[in-house]
Amino acid sequence: MADLDTFREETRAWLEANCPAEMRQPVRDEEDVYWGGRKATFKNDAQKAWFDACVEKGYTVPAWPKEYGGAGLSAAEAKILRQEMAAINARPPLSSFGIWMLGPALLQFGTEGQKQRFLNEIARGEIRWCQGYSEPGSGSDLVSMQTFGEDKGDHWQVSGQKIWTSYADQADWIFCLVRTDKANKYQGITFMLFDMESEGVTTKPILLISGNSPFCETFFDEVSVPKSYGDDCPGQVGEVNRGWDVAKYLLGHEREMISGAGGGGLTSAIGAAMQRHAHKDGGQLDPILRADLAMFDVDALAYAAMGEKFLDEMKAGKGHPAQPNMMKYVGTELNKRRHELMMSAGGSRSLEWESEETSGGKPSRNWLRTKANSIEGGTSEVMLNVVSKRILDLPGA
Amino acid sequence: MPLYHDEDQAMLADSAAQFMSEEGAIAKQLRHWRDTGCKDGFGHDLWKQFAEMGFTGILVGEDDGGMGMGNVEAGIVLEQIGRNLTPSPFLTSSVMAATALNNGSAELRGRYVPGLLSGDSVFAVAIDEGAKHRPEQIATKAEKSGNGFKLSGQKDFVIHGASADMIVVAARTSGADNDADGITLFAVPKDATGLDQEAVKLVDSSVATHMKLDGVELDGDAVIGEVDGGREVLNKVLNAGRIGAAAEGCGVAGGAMDMTVDYLKQRKQFGKLIGEFQALQHRAAHLYSEVEIARAVTIKAGQLLDGGSEQADLMVSVAKAKVAKAAGLAVKEGVQMHGGIGMTDEYDIGLYMKRDRALQEFLGDAYYHAERVAQLSGY
Ligand SMILES: Cc1cc2nc3c(=O)[nH]c(=O)nc-3n(C[C@H](O)[C@H](O)[C@H](O)COP(=O)(O)OP(=O)(O)OC[C@H]3O[C@@H](n4cnc5c(N)ncnc54)[C@H](O)[C@@H]3O)c2cc1C
Ligand SMILES: Cc1cc2nc3c(=O)[nH]c(=O)nc-3n(C[C@H](O)[C@H](O)[C@H](O)COP(=O)(O)OP(=O)(O)OC[C@H]3O[C@@H](n4cnc5c(N)ncnc54)[C@H](O)[C@@H]3O)c2cc1C
Repeated sequence: MADLDTFREETRAWLEANCPAEMRQPVRDEEDVYWGGRKATFKNDAQKAWFDACVEKGYTVPAWPKEYGGAGLSAAEAKILRQEMAAINARPPLSSFGIWMLGPALLQFGTEGQKQRFLNEIARGEIRWCQGYSEPGSGSDLVSMQTFGEDKGDHWQVSGQKIWTSYADQADWIFCLVRTDKANKYQGITFMLFDMESEGVTTKPILLISGNSPFCETFFDEVSVPKSYGDDCPGQVGEVNRGWDVAKYLLGHEREMISGAGGGGLTSAIGAAMQRHAHKDGGQLDPILRADLAMFDVDALAYAAMGEKFLDEMKAGKGHPAQPNMMKYVGTELNKRRHELMMSAGGSRSLEWESEETSGGKPSRNWLRTKANSIEGGTSEVMLNVVSKRILDLPGA
Repeated sequence: MPLYHDEDQAMLADSAAQFMSEEGAIAKQLRHWRDTGCKDGFGHDLWKQFAEMGFTGILVGEDDGGMGMGNVEAGIVLEQIGRNLTPSPFLTSSVMAATALNNGSAELRGRYVPGLLSGDSVFAVAIDEGAKHRPEQIATKAEKSGNGFKLSGQKDFVIHGASADMIVVAARTSGADNDADGITLFAVPKDATGLDQEAVKLVDSSVATHMKLDGVELDGDAVIGEVDGGREVLNKVLNAGRIGAAAEGCGVAGGAMDMTVDYLKQRKQFGKLIGEFQALQHRAAHLYSEVEIARAVTIKAGQLLDGGSEQADLMVSVAKAKVAKAAGLAVKEGVQMHGGIGMTDEYDIGLYMKRDRALQEFLGDAYYHAERVAQLSGY
């Protein structure tokens, strides 16, 4: 306990010294998020200073081992760091699919060589990854995917199409599900890693209802994927034809991330802020809206406690392995409700699509973006299917 | 502190679970006392057994011979009470009255705590003066009289009031009905002259009273805490009672849910187990989520309360409201998914529905606590 108290004090002092004031404000939009990668630029000096300090300290990935770019924090220490960062509203120094998805999968399934190379690249924000899972004919029923990799000896020749690939046009590398055995549904998929600059890879951005286009159609036309990137560093994670295990493990982490279980804006109450907005406009919250906000805040604060319990249990190996599915279902439905209420509280002002006052229509664009929360990473309906089968053990296919 | 039970707490949970499912089982207690028309609605023998287990003194300080534990531990016992619908005066006596006494004089504790520890005494708490929980409004008067006080007024829905040896009564020693200040808590013995109680049986087979205080004379040493300073103690009693009721509600929710999920795996219609129908699967999975969250926030609020956090008031109300919604969902879905037999008295699922309804109302329903969440959050 005393050690943890010391750690808390040290952490507080370190954050005080290293987290610039500009980085202690809630993330308002995409530009406030630093994703890293070859094409990345910093929005301002504060963002860079904060990022550099965290890389140096291993705090872009605090719980990863030191040799892979982390700080090697224990579960209890990582929780303290999270709490102290939340207390000052510190932004994440680096966000990436590498941190949330590929990293955990590599820690579990990767070879030493893969960990040394890829985890360090992720921790230092050098390589930005994207996720090649979904295909036009395979969304919820992901295992039916068809993108095929033909064995050519020292490499695979990959052809096919992915869709909804978030940030494919900005990413440097892709982790990609490729069928390597057409006769075997579950045990015929290989989890491959390759460079998006490889010949034969093209991306085509798709415009979303929010007017932004963060995801793409991704085409592979006879892309050559090496079977090895050097000593102890194969081109696939896990064994060939056993990529489904890796894919599912990774989805657990993706769901946990989307669920917002780690806290931040996804679990906070909003009633008081909506009241202040209403006052600024010279008005009052409608009484029934205020009542809905209060009921929402009850659910949001209760969910925040669930997030804390979920992480505590997971770190202690106590939680049900399918629990991330429950968290994702609740967290994303809650976030959609949050933005519906924010739109109502904001009134017609929230409808402005381009105005400077709304920073280019943030309220409505963010509201529309949240509709994807219960689709991406597995839909709410699929989450409920998993909970009823794996946790409640209900019968049937 | 992690949000799961440590080793000692897990042991307590195991022994409480075993005890309640054996000794406190529905057929043995709730149905038995209901069907024999018991005036208390619970069994005194079981209350003695609670004492032998050490449960009755769970919140009583070790110096006074109790276990000196916190609201999280009391909640562990209450969750098992809820799961088995075990009728007992635990919540009013060992949680609420005990919290009041912990803030009272050594003299008062000496008078009442031994009976609680041995299971010989039952206590009740009289706060509300109407059909809804409104502790902000207390009109019952306590006027100075000799070296003591004279209490006049009316209290309603005093749970276990008629069975209680002592009733903690919140009365006004100064100020207007809505004032926060000017409240004093009194330990009123059951045989005090001028105290008149009319018992009413409630939907869950528990018994409450409408209480008339007609110039009830009390000595000065019946005061719990400070004269005019009772609001602070009252808030502690309320917090303990509310998080306790929330914990019991988690048990009710869990019990109803488990019964229902089991039923989905047994009942066949259309040539299939009804648990195969996705329409029911999704609702069951949603219910599971809500119940898990209710349990999480109940532990969280209990920890904050035990740790003396300034967030405790807010989170206790969040927990009480969330549990009310989750448990309400559990019993409603429970009856519905049982089909026709869910409507029968023979089946236990309806008993869960009744207990939930009473617990929802007790110390403030979801609407009351959501309003409180808004106010405490500043809107
Ligand atoms: C913003 C966003 C970003 C994304 N990013 C990526 C990415 O980076 N990489 C990637 O690979 N994919 C990504 N996706 C794709 C995402 O994983 C899929 O959209 C998702 O898995 C659903 O597949 P689908 O769109 O084909 O819908 P479908 O599977 O066709 O579903 C349509 C509807 O049917 C329901 N449904 C389907 N099956 C069942 C069932 N068994 N029971 C009940 N209901 C069912 C669904 O819940 C849904 O409501 C992203 C999606 C979005 C919206
Ligand atoms: C007060 C009362 C009075 C009644 N009076 C009469 C009467 O006078 N005469 C008479 O003949 N009957 C009477 N009934 C019986 C009534 O019609 C049945 O209870 C009803 O049809 C449901 O059947 P069940 O009880 O067997 O439930 P079940 O069919 O076993 O249903 C259990 C649960 O499974 C669900 N379920 C079942 N199949 C599906 C499915 N395919 N998809 C999704 N969910 C499903 C149901 O909705 C329910 O939630 C009465 C019932 C009650 C409660």
